[in-house]
Amino acid sequence: MTELALMLVVFILSFVIGYVLISRVPPLLHTPLMSMTNAISAVTILGALLLFAQPSMDLDEKVLGAIALITAAFNLVGGFVITDRMTGLFKSHHEPSGGGGKK
Amino acid sequence: MADMDPVKILIDVGIIALLIVGISQFRTPRGARRGNATAALALLLAIVLVLYRNDIVDVGILAVSLIIGGLVGTFIAMKVTMIQIPAMVAFQHGAGGIAACAIAYVELTRATPPTPVGEVSGYLGLTIGAATFSGSMLASAKLAGKLRQTPTVLSGHNAILLAMLAAIIGLCVYASTGVGVPEAATTLSAALVGALVLSVALGYTFAVRIGGADMPVLISFLNATAGLAAAFCGVVIQNQLLIACGATVAASGSILTAIMCKAMNRSFIKVLSGGKMAVAALPAKKTEPKPKKEEAPEAAEPASADTDDKPSEEIEKKEEQAKPETKAEPKTRTPEEAMAEAKTALREAESVIIVPGYGMALARAQFQVASLSKKLEQMGKKVAFGIHPVAGRMPGHMNVLLAEADVDYDLLKEMDEINESFASTDVVLVIGACDVVNPAAINMPDTPISGMPILNAHEAKRVLVCNLDEKPGYSGVPNSLYEEETTLLLFGDANASVTELLGSLS
Repeated sequence: MTELALMLVVFILSFVIGYVLISRVPPLLHTPLMSMTNAISAVTILGALLLFAQPSMDLDEKVLGAIALITAAFNLVGGFVITDRMTGLFKSHHEPSGGGGKK
Repeated sequence: MADMDPVKILIDVGIIALLIVGISQFRTPRGARRGNATAALALLLAIVLVLYRNDIVDVGILAVSLIIGGLVGTFIAMKVTMIQIPAMVAFQHGAGGIAACAIAYVELTRATPPTPVGEVSGYLGLTIGAATFSGSMLASAKLAGKLRQTPTVLSGHNAILLAMLAAIIGLCVYASTGVGVPEAATTLSAALVGALVLSVALGYTFAVRIGGADMPVLISFLNATAGLAAAFCGVVIQNQLLIACGATVAASGSILTAIMCKAMNRSFIKVLSGGKMAVAALPAKKTEPKPKKEEAPEAAEPASADTDDKPSEEIEKKEEQAKPETKAEPKTRTPEEAMAEAKTALREAESVIIVPGYGMALARAQFQVASLSKKLEQMGKKVAFGIHPVAGRMPGHMNVLLAEADVDYDLLKEMDEINESFASTDVVLVIGACDVVNPAAINMPDTPISGMPILNAHEAKRVLVCNLDEKPGYSGVPNSLYEEETTLLLFGDANASVTELLGSLS
């Protein structure tokens, strides 16, 4: 039961902290924000990795595990890369573009 | 798995703290870039730790899968243009959904059953993951223009959804009799696969009746459900990091969903259940009550991309045909006269606000618009962009489109920030936007957009409208801005109109 309580606390606390932080993100950055949180939701990759930490795996477990890994890795890497590209596009004449220019 | 080793907990907390630092840097574009890198680092650390702490079997499969997923993800992310971003993000939501779904399935069919709480979470992870997958794929196809963007409403749509939901719950209850019972493995798999397939169908049916300008709500909602599926997976495998990340993403998706709904003055339920706004409730004074042809308003948008090569005479003719119908035409101008007057107005203006809409992106006019704004600035005019929260196909989409076209982000002003400035502005240039500048939202009751916050373009001294045609926007409400005396209508391909305006300045 302490497990359940702990998980519940973690969920609620994360939701609240996330809510407070994300409410302050300016609309200017809403697309990169969603793109990044999308990448963060690919944290399921940890679960996919743990599937491969079992003493023995059936064939169908291996197949599903591989599917989970491929999709999660796609989501994770793609999400962070596209967010990086996108945030790099924002430029201002008033501050020197430190973002390293294009792409 | 669920050991309470203090070192382990401390490291997990450290990783979560790093993620929080990453998100909290989303204040400025440069901070956001750093924040993104910080969050990526946090997840990389988490992955390395999991690999380090556990004995991994089948390292080969694992490595190959990671490399394939990572490479494909990187390749696509490097190639997409900003107009494709919503489709790309929706596609990634879908990928996350599959991952959650596959993990939940494997965990539920284990010989060692999860705890009761874990089991219920497993069903939730499986079904929400599957529904997120199909809903996202459909959304992605619609956003990429592979499918019609118009909402499809089945008869008894709600009843169908409810029946599916009931069947899914039934199958999960049935499956629960077989969890952890080796003899019942086939029954369990069959029940779970059944629930999975139905969830896929549910996600599709759910998303199919949302389209067009409502897409930002759908994509935000799917962001939240992808996070939720991840969090439930975390409960099954008792991994606090998954729960924390999933909950944060769910919070983010919920906030964006709420912001989008508010910006359209529509309730979440209405967006999800109607697809279409209450078109029948239009005021009777309209010449031709827009019938429930769902296609019409929406089809107007993609058309602007496809009909770039449409001869302008055709457009002019169409406009002239429409003229006799619109009552109280303030001043009859030919398109040439309107364009000439627009050029003069723009040249003489001291302050200009540009209001872009998705039509601008469809006409691929953002690069010309960026050049125009630079030119106007060089001529010493005050230039700003007025960005409506729902402009585009996902939250904040218009900003990245303009950033890609190299518009200074200091010029991008959100609605609340710029709305007071319209009254003192010489020229407003509306480009491919309709509903978000329709004064009917303010002064006409009982239209689908009544009460929706708009950009007060009508308060400016002069309004130039570079839209494809006089057809109403997604809402189907005729734009009363077009009838204002101060408005000049430059119908036709936005790219061509803007290019002509730009040409007249040099």
